[in-house]
Amino acid sequence: MINARFFNRSELIGFLALAVLLFVILPLSLDIFRLNLVAKYLTYAFVGIGLVICWGYGGILSLGQGVFFGLGGYCMAMYLKLEASSVENTKIQSTPGIPDFMDWNQLTALPFFWKPFHSFPLTLVAILLVPGIFALIIGAAMFKRRVGGVYFAIITQAIAAILTILIIGQQGYTGGVNGITDLRTLHGWDIRTDHAKFILYFVEVVLLFACVIAAQFIRLTKLGRILVAMREQEDRVRFSGYSVANFKIFAFCAAAIFAAIGGAMFTLEVGFMSPSFVGIVPSIEMVIYTAVGGRMSIFGAVWGSLLVNFAKTSLSESFPQLWLFGLGALFIAVVLAFPNGLSGIWADYVQPRVDRLFGSRKSGWNDNSVADGAPAE
Amino acid sequence: MLVGHQPKEFLLAVSGLTVSFDGFKAVNDLSFYVEENEIRVIIGPNGAGKTTVLDLICGKTKATSGSIQFRGQELTKMRENEIVQTGVGRKFQTPSVFEDLTVFENLEISFPRGRTVFGSLTFQRDQPVKERVGEVAEMIFLKDKLNTYASELSHGQKQWLEIGMLLIQDPDLLMLDEPVAGMSVSERAKTAELLNRIIKNRSVLVIEHDMKFVEDIAHKVTVLHQGQILSEGTMEKVKNDPKVIEVYLGH
Repeated sequence: MINARFFNRSELIGFLALAVLLFVILPLSLDIFRLNLVAKYLTYAFVGIGLVICWGYGGILSLGQGVFFGLGGYCMAMYLKLEASSVENTKIQSTPGIPDFMDWNQLTALPFFWKPFHSFPLTLVAILLVPGIFALIIGAAMFKRRVGGVYFAIITQAIAAILTILIIGQQGYTGGVNGITDLRTLHGWDIRTDHAKFILYFVEVVLLFACVIAAQFIRLTKLGRILVAMREQEDRVRFSGYSVANFKIFAFCAAAIFAAIGGAMFTLEVGFMSPSFVGIVPSIEMVIYTAVGGRMSIFGAVWGSLLVNFAKTSLSESFPQLWLFGLGALFIAVVLAFPNGLSGIWADYVQPRVDRLFGSRKSGWNDNSVADGAPAE
Repeated sequence: MLVGHQPKEFLLAVSGLTVSFDGFKAVNDLSFYVEENEIRVIIGPNGAGKTTVLDLICGKTKATSGSIQFRGQELTKMRENEIVQTGVGRKFQTPSVFEDLTVFENLEISFPRGRTVFGSLTFQRDQPVKERVGEVAEMIFLKDKLNTYASELSHGQKQWLEIGMLLIQDPDLLMLDEPVAGMSVSERAKTAELLNRIIKNRSVLVIEHDMKFVEDIAHKVTVLHQGQILSEGTMEKVKNDPKVIEVYLGH
């Protein structure tokens, strides 16, 4: 599958470099605590890959990806919570067999929408379908009415806010502001051990590369080119016989599903899910990771998520108050000076030198990412 | 209507078309008919509603009232992409091409296949596509620029590219909004040659100010003024119409 046609030379190098880093270097050099942190950072890379397709290529800026990240994460957390709430484990509750927070909130039976999450296959389906269908509904409602650009971004923000308020308000059904905590096993397998964390890290990296390849596939089809075309000249696409709304809905749904996979992995890696990963602030942070990495580059999104989160952890460990200012400054710097983020800097400054060193000609992919100077909508 | 008189089969029949923007009637009770293989030029002073008429036909603007029939299908109820699929192609006044894509990719997107989401995911760049793109690229003088990004083309070349994108759609009705505006003299001559070649076997609706160009290509001319038809007929007839001379040609 990975051949010269699917990835050009510089993309292939990027792919291999990332694979070596994630599969070999990091697992060998980091202790399990740090590796688990990397795994947590990488869950945002899934969101970033979705944003590259939806925002970078399609020009649809969503400031509500936390919604889909959260929905994916909550679906996984509901399954894990039900498994942790067996009658045996919860016999001290007034209603054994339901999650502890339901018992505290005087619920006496499992709500109907929790029931499918007893089944692991259904949970996996739900992780993809619930956010996918939700994105489909939002997308259809917005794009068929030609709501776009800033207005769409604001509406996605509002949805992120609404969902957070809903989760916090419906404590008995959702675990409220604490989220769903005390998760123990996945299909009988304890996810809290170091060994499990090690395995989960590799599962996640494999899934990440699957998403990278899926995104690259979308990018290389005619659909990928239509997304670029749509970003520039929506009317021309329409008058070439395409339903622009349907293509936007597709891009938005694809981004939602990528984000949901990330969210589900987040729950597994971190061991809980809470509304603090759903709302406005995390949603904007996810956009920043993508912007820093380069919104036109699938690999850039992965690097952006890794580096910004690494900086976030190390800076907030040493200067807790300064971190948010640093993040803000970083975003402003990227938007003003480097609209194509790290991958743009790489393509503009580093790649030409590397090419000169090896005496090869510039590849088309660089031209493409350099040519894009369109302002962030 | 006389007994036994059969109404002629028109390709495009616009009748009683009105559009009003906050009470201002940009197009007011307009009716005209375009036959198969006819080249119709719409002229008129600025603000006469020429571009609005094209916008209404291609669905960019919704009509307030009236009807637009294309091969018997009512266009006013359709969405833009459906109108394109019935066989109406539209070129805009300012060249609208996809600058971040190559000439090849621009033409390929217009190729009438795989226009749904899943159709475009499974679209293959096969031999018929390559051949047709090559053919059209040759026609629009961009054969050696297939791998050039559209952003690097000159203004005239972009206009040609957009014409090429329409050509590849193979529409039955081609609508061109000022195809030679902003072009150099040599580009203009080449464009006239190109248009003369592509208007065969289809009807064309052109908006143009360049009277020499209009005389060269028009079968019939419609003069619009304040959203209504001022005069209609052959170039000869229209040119000598005192009303037309007063509001338009006299200047």
